[in-house]
Amino acid sequence: MGSAANLAAVTHLRPVPDPKPPPKLAERAEARPTTAELERWATVLRIDCVRMLAVAKSGHLDSSLSAADVVAALYYRVLRHDAERPDWPARDRFVLCKGHAAPIQYAALAQHGYFPLEDLMGLRQIGAQLQGHPDMRRTAGIEVSTGSLGQGLSMCVGICAALRLDGLDDTAQVFGLLSDGDCQEGETWEGATAAVHFGVSNLTAIVDYNHLQTDGTTEEVMDVGDVRAKFEAFGWDAVEIDGHDMEQVVEALERSRTIRGPAAIVAQTRKGKGVSSMEGRFGFHGKPPSPEQAAEALEELAGRLEEQTRALHGRKA
Amino acid sequence: MEAKTEPIATRHAYGDALAALGERHEDVVALDADLAVSTQSIKFGKRFPDRFFNVGAAEANMMSMACGLAATGKVPYCSTFAIFAAGRAYDQVRLGIAHNELKVRIGASHGGVSLGEDGASHQMIEDVALMRAMPRMTVVIPADYNQAYRATMESYDRDEPMYMRFGRPATPILYDEIPETLGGGVDVMREGKDITLIATGHMVWRALEAADSLERDDGVEAQVLNVSIIKPIHSEAILESLGKTGVAVTAEEHRVVGGLADAVRQLAAEQHPVPIFAVGMGDEFGVSGTGEACMEHFGLTARGIADRAREALVLKPIVSRPPLFGPEWT
Repeated sequence: MGSAANLAAVTHLRPVPDPKPPPKLAERAEARPTTAELERWATVLRIDCVRMLAVAKSGHLDSSLSAADVVAALYYRVLRHDAERPDWPARDRFVLCKGHAAPIQYAALAQHGYFPLEDLMGLRQIGAQLQGHPDMRRTAGIEVSTGSLGQGLSMCVGICAALRLDGLDDTAQVFGLLSDGDCQEGETWEGATAAVHFGVSNLTAIVDYNHLQTDGTTEEVMDVGDVRAKFEAFGWDAVEIDGHDMEQVVEALERSRTIRGPAAIVAQTRKGKGVSSMEGRFGFHGKPPSPEQAAEALEELAGRLEEQTRALHGRKA
Repeated sequence: MEAKTEPIATRHAYGDALAALGERHEDVVALDADLAVSTQSIKFGKRFPDRFFNVGAAEANMMSMACGLAATGKVPYCSTFAIFAAGRAYDQVRLGIAHNELKVRIGASHGGVSLGEDGASHQMIEDVALMRAMPRMTVVIPADYNQAYRATMESYDRDEPMYMRFGRPATPILYDEIPETLGGGVDVMREGKDITLIATGHMVWRALEAADSLERDDGVEAQVLNVSIIKPIHSEAILESLGKTGVAVTAEEHRVVGGLADAVRQLAAEQHPVPIFAVGMGDEFGVSGTGEACMEHFGLTARGIADRAREALVLKPIVSRPPLFGPEWT
């Protein structure tokens, strides 16, 4: 990767297939990917996000990066999903309630073969399939369209209700990934109330609590406070974890499956995680990286990927 | 189901048909927001408690849940008052249901000012405008119990998202039988050659009364159309009548802006410009009173329609002319 000044590095971006592609559903179930492997895949997804945004020159990069570890844990280990059968009735469902983080889900879907990797570079372009926010009618692997905060959790409750009527609620878990902005929307708490009232047993809500939103820090704009305690007060099982500690993430996600009621995981995260110049810094929400910033970010992430890959091979050797 | 003969509210037809749909189709589910008795979805709820979700006073949650249910293969019927269905939950209906082209049906009862006493906060007079403006949404307003029963039954056989508006008060029966189909959504209720009265919902029987008085007092033969599908509007049926009569009055229990009047005027302005007068709500909110008193207060009566027709007829010889183009009407 070139230096920050080398614009050629970002004006001729191509998606790079991961030399160590994700395992198929059966393999994931047999040999569970290790923490180190998942961390490496999270870096792969982060690289895709930076590339997509650099080309699209539009989108929410920092919101995607804060969710990268959770999304990697889900798609590469926890979710029972199959790119060859996106309509498989008994599949787990993933709903990106914080639809503005679409790039991170697109990256995970493309890496798993839901659509060609090349399509990632069409993000937000006219005529391309990848919309600014997830669109179930255009993109394979998207369960419901999102993008208007607050609606996602209620949609998840509806999916859970349908799965129960179909007798699939014992096998299919529904995972919704919310933002702190989602927790400012009143409808989220309507959905949280309904999940308990209807005795939903297969719902996991993960809150990507990155403490930054468009107009400032969440604490300044509209403090949502102790989100874990709020979910608990609504009758949910609720835990709080470090959303960038892969072991904690996987443990919490897998534990939530075993709980016979709605389960919330409040993941404390940092916006822009993985890119030092963005991490935890205000002012990047909804702003694409400049070519210089993208080049710098890719250099940093490529370095980490190399390190992580080497460490994995070293251990196996 | 036997056709009704005595006046009864269209919302009862929705409730009866919904329960019948539940009997026939396993995938039908119903949601309500603490108004199940008013909307009549309670009939379904009592019969199929497992498939009935009363979400309490949380309409946004109801619409988004319906999105999740429909995305997982169910056919949800969401019931609440029109004010909350189209007003409070607009964004949820827009993104979750219309944008996704999901087979969700919104049974919006208590539309218009005829719900009466509850007043402006509950009298929805702009839902048709909102739902007409929403891409991919079909808008249905049946005129009586029998047509409302058919509309609800038929809604299961259609694929697109639908908004169906029902009313609170008992209204006269206009269809002797439960019609076999809504067809294109425009029925000729009475033949005439001098003027077209185009009405929807609770205004159809009033338009028929207006036609009677026009014939009796003025010797005018009014053709009366019942528009049960406001969107997509069946343009040929309306143009055919406009071509014949050359002048029209629309009548709706709704704002003239964005409602039936605008739908007809848009069509006519492009394809067959003739004078089209409107009976409906102006730039104003509803008020408390009995349902009938509210209708009177805003001129939503047979008398109101007949008076507008007389004004329109004055203009007819001055501006009306044969159509320049469009489908051939013979």
